[in-house]
Amino acid sequence: MAIIETNSLTRYFGQIVAVDNLNLTVEEGEIFGLIGPNGAGKTTTIKMLTTLLPPTSGRASIAGFDIRHQSAQVRKVIGYVPQLISADSTLSGYENLLIFAKLYDLPQSEREKRVRGALHFMGLDEVADKLVKNYSGGMIRRLEIAQSMLHRLRLLFLDEPTVGLDPAARRAVWEHIMDLRNQFGTTIFLTTHLMDEADELCTRVAIMHLGKVAAIGSPAELKKAVGRGEDVSLDEVFIHFTGNELDEGGNFRDVSRTRRVARRLG
Amino acid sequence: MSFAQRHLKRIYSFIYKTLVIAELEARKLRHDPTELFTRAVQPALWLLVFGQVFTRVRAIPTGNIPYIDFMTPGILAQSVLFIAIFYGIAIIWERDLGVVHKFLVSPTPRAALVLGKALSAGLRGLAQGFIIIVLALILRVHLNFNILALFGVAVAVILGSALFSTFSLIVACIVKTRERFMGIGQVLTMPLFFASNAIYPISIMPSWLKVVSHLNPLTYEVDILRRLMLLGGTSSYGVGVDLLVLILATGILVVIGAVMYPKVVV
Ligand SMILES: Nc1ncnc2c1ncn2[C@@H]1O[C@H](COP(=O)(O)OP(=O)(O)OP(=O)(O)O)[C@@H](O)[C@H]1O
Ligand SMILES: [Mg+2]
Repeated sequence: MAIIETNSLTRYFGQIVAVDNLNLTVEEGEIFGLIGPNGAGKTTTIKMLTTLLPPTSGRASIAGFDIRHQSAQVRKVIGYVPQLISADSTLSGYENLLIFAKLYDLPQSEREKRVRGALHFMGLDEVADKLVKNYSGGMIRRLEIAQSMLHRLRLLFLDEPTVGLDPAARRAVWEHIMDLRNQFGTTIFLTTHLMDEADELCTRVAIMHLGKVAAIGSPAELKKAVGRGEDVSLDEVFIHFTGNELDEGGNFRDVSRTRRVARRLG
Repeated sequence: MSFAQRHLKRIYSFIYKTLVIAELEARKLRHDPTELFTRAVQPALWLLVFGQVFTRVRAIPTGNIPYIDFMTPGILAQSVLFIAIFYGIAIIWERDLGVVHKFLVSPTPRAALVLGKALSAGLRGLAQGFIIIVLALILRVHLNFNILALFGVAVAVILGSALFSTFSLIVACIVKTRERFMGIGQVLTMPLFFASNAIYPISIMPSWLKVVSHLNPLTYEVDILRRLMLLGGTSSYGVGVDLLVLILATGILVVIGAVMYPKVVV
């Protein structure tokens, strides 16, 4: 059984369609990436899958539970790191994790061990008892991932897990995400604007554009589909799949597409 | 597991999660208790300036107790109200940070999230109560130090804080932005305060205001405090009625709050 399955999942905000008839299947153990420019509908998709936002129409299930009618069961299976930095800055890192360990019903006998273990896994032992307001952005991100892995949930949603991090911190987060999958078999569903992130990390990616999936496959498959040999980058793949609808002809097209996408990716 | 056992477990889990949320707020306060003292400035000014002056002019009929005695429970109720009514701001703030999202995705009953917040408002209220009692002692208010009565005061303060903080949470979930909330917060607190028996008895009010006062839960909060805090304090409605009104109103608001709270992220 697929761990995530969506069926014409759709969400409108007034007249705007943020997610448009999304059909996705994610298997257990994947690191699945949703790539797309600002406003593509990535966060809206995650919010629906995490039961925060009811869909306008369509269906989705997580580990066999319907996101709408069995939301309490869904919440027992998933962890979520929002796009915004959401750790409580007025508590210590340890306390942040402790509270969530309790909310997720970790037995008292294991709590301390798991919390310290997760902090250690993310390289945060030394700062564990400092208030989070003294952490760097990278440390907060790692703390949030530590929090979401405490409970060994089956499925983790990470909304732009490396946004605002420098390359070294980003790489550290990537490594931790991969370790998490390899050691605990956690399925990861993440979003990103960064092509190299998707390339490095994901077993499969979906390119999202204007609420629709423009292409889906492993990074290698997508590059192959562009059909220009080995050295195509995912950036080019992205342009290939999302620039298609505006056909301006000639060489000029490639340039304007590149510009357009570059602007979106900011 | 039998039917009864399952229900017992659910009730236990609900209470436990409620206390975890309250613990979170208590830990924040422990890291930075300065807020408790800055919040005490306003009630101190009311007692020292307004209280002293009006005791002297004897403009307000308060039966056989001095005006300063009469108003002390009113000022405690007022400061409970003022602290609780701005809880909504914190909710909006937490929503903007993504904290609310993380709580909502965790397997915590919505009502436990709301009630936990409400209890933590009670904690702040108790701290205010302590400070006001100390001030009142200095001002030679005739306080009642009977243990049972003090316990009753604590219960009333927690209930009042829970009631108004949950009301505030509901308003926050409706208006959703900080700017709008600030506007509405001002508009709500003053009428709640003045349309009550906090600083003058209901008997001197025009009849339309009497009606409003009887619908205002703050009136019952003041009434029970006036009975329990003062030596020879009297109640207009009876402690039982006061408690019933406060408990019922809080219960209803928590149920509404549990429905509204998830909407703050939409
Ligand atoms: N609460 C909301 N109310 C109205 N419109 C919204 C709301 N949330 C999202 N939208 C709109 O839905 C569309 C998709 O937004 P979404 O946040 O899902 O994009 P995203 O792919 O996550 O973008 P980003 O990369 O900037 O995070 C956008 O056009 C956005 O303006
Ligand atoms: Mg987003």
